[in-house]
Amino acid sequence: MSKVVKQYNSSAKFLHWTSALLIVALFLLGLWMVDLTYYNQWYKIAPYWHKSIGLCLLALTLFRLIWKIITTAPPIEGKKWEIQSAKLAHAAIYLILFCIFISGYMISTADGRPIELFNWFLVPGFGSFFDNQEDIAGVIHFYLAVTLITLSTVHALAALKHHFINKDNTLNKMLRFK
Amino acid sequence: MKKLLLPATLVAAMLIPTFANAADYIIDTKGAHASINFKVSHLGYSFIQGRFNTFDGKFSFDPKNISASKVTVNVDTSSLDSNHAERDKHIKSGDFINASKFSTAKFVSTTASPKADGGLTISGDLTLHGVTKAITIDAHFIGEGKDPWGGYRAGFQGTTRLQLADFAIPVMGSSSYVDMELHVEGVRL
Ligand code: HEM
Ligand code: HEM
Repeated sequence: MSKVVKQYNSSAKFLHWTSALLIVALFLLGLWMVDLTYYNQWYKIAPYWHKSIGLCLLALTLFRLIWKIITTAPPIEGKKWEIQSAKLAHAAIYLILFCIFISGYMISTADGRPIELFNWFLVPGFGSFFDNQEDIAGVIHFYLAVTLITLSTVHALAALKHHFINKDNTLNKMLRFK
Repeated sequence: MKKLLLPATLVAAMLIPTFANAADYIIDTKGAHASINFKVSHLGYSFIQGRFNTFDGKFSFDPKNISASKVTVNVDTSSLDSNHAERDKHIKSGDFINASKFSTAKFVSTTASPKADGGLTISGDLTLHGVTKAITIDAHFIGEGKDPWGGYRAGFQGTTRLQLADFAIPVMGSSSYVDMELHVEGVRL
């Protein structure tokens, strides 16, 4: 028996908003850190945070997907094409996120070095799978990050449109914390 | 001992058969018996050693007519390897050598002249980071002869100092120059 749920559950809301915050933070941190000069005091610590937070987001996203499968989400509202594009956009966001995780990992581990996850433990590296991996993965990482942020912006605008123009339950079901 | 070295080399040189005249050699990158290494200051406290993994080249060499020697080398700048992927990515980026835009570096010799100490001075044009500049390599002939696999080889080593500013590569702190250490072994054609 499945009852109709009107709200995302609290965990799903927490996961959504934490992820959104971390993604925007990682994007800005990423852009900022690659422009630091070698003699900047943040030159070493900023990438260390970027990689550590990025890997935490990976763990969080894996959990989020499991959570999504084992819990029930409220139905998406709107016209048929809106529902379909929302589903497509959500799937694309998850897919792009994983490609960003993989490409980011491939930059740092191209020489076989592990990635330090804060000072908790080392995530092993498996070296290069192709020539100039750090450069190619870096370019892919950058364009995917820009794509993700663009898509998320469209996604957020769509949510606001549903809230203020259609005045439906779309944003409320992700917003209300009990 | 040292006094004997020069006459001994001269005698050895004279013993080299006549067909050794200005022979052409292909630099043995296939067997990796050649390497292009660089050394850059790190903060002024120590040095970072790195190399370019991909290059090719050829040279002509006649021990009896050093000035007829010639050498050309092409280096794939994206093959820079300092044994640290994140650092390589940074050095290869637009902040430094811009390997995606200036993907090859090229050295073409113009003159070669013997030196009193038995070495040779190789002058030529180096194109790096889109800038062509005359440089001089301080080289030494190491040896030549038959290899165990039916070929004939000759090898050199050379050093030169490149000022980064000469090639419009941004200078950072104490790292204003790069010392190149070149090991070149050629297989005669
Ligand atoms: C597993 C997680 C991640 C890892 C290991 C990782 C790693 C890296 C590395 C190594 C760099 C290159 C730094 C350099 O060139 O010195 C980088 C750059 C960057 N990252 Fe990440 N990253 C991760 C997740 C993310 C996420 C989720 C985003 C956000 C959308 C992001 C956005 C960026 C951006 C915008 C850059 C700058 C790219 C550029 O301008 O070239 N990263 N990241
Ligand atoms: C980087 C920023 C963001 C990312 C990556 C993101 C990602 C996602 C994903 C993947 C879902 C689908 C959840 C599921 O699997 O069921 C979702 C749902 C949702 N997001 Fe976001 N989001 C972001 C920012 C925002 C913002 C700023 C807003 C509000 C203005 C917002 C509003 C919503 C709403 C209302 C839903 C529920 C849609 C529905 O089920 O009808 N999101 N988000």
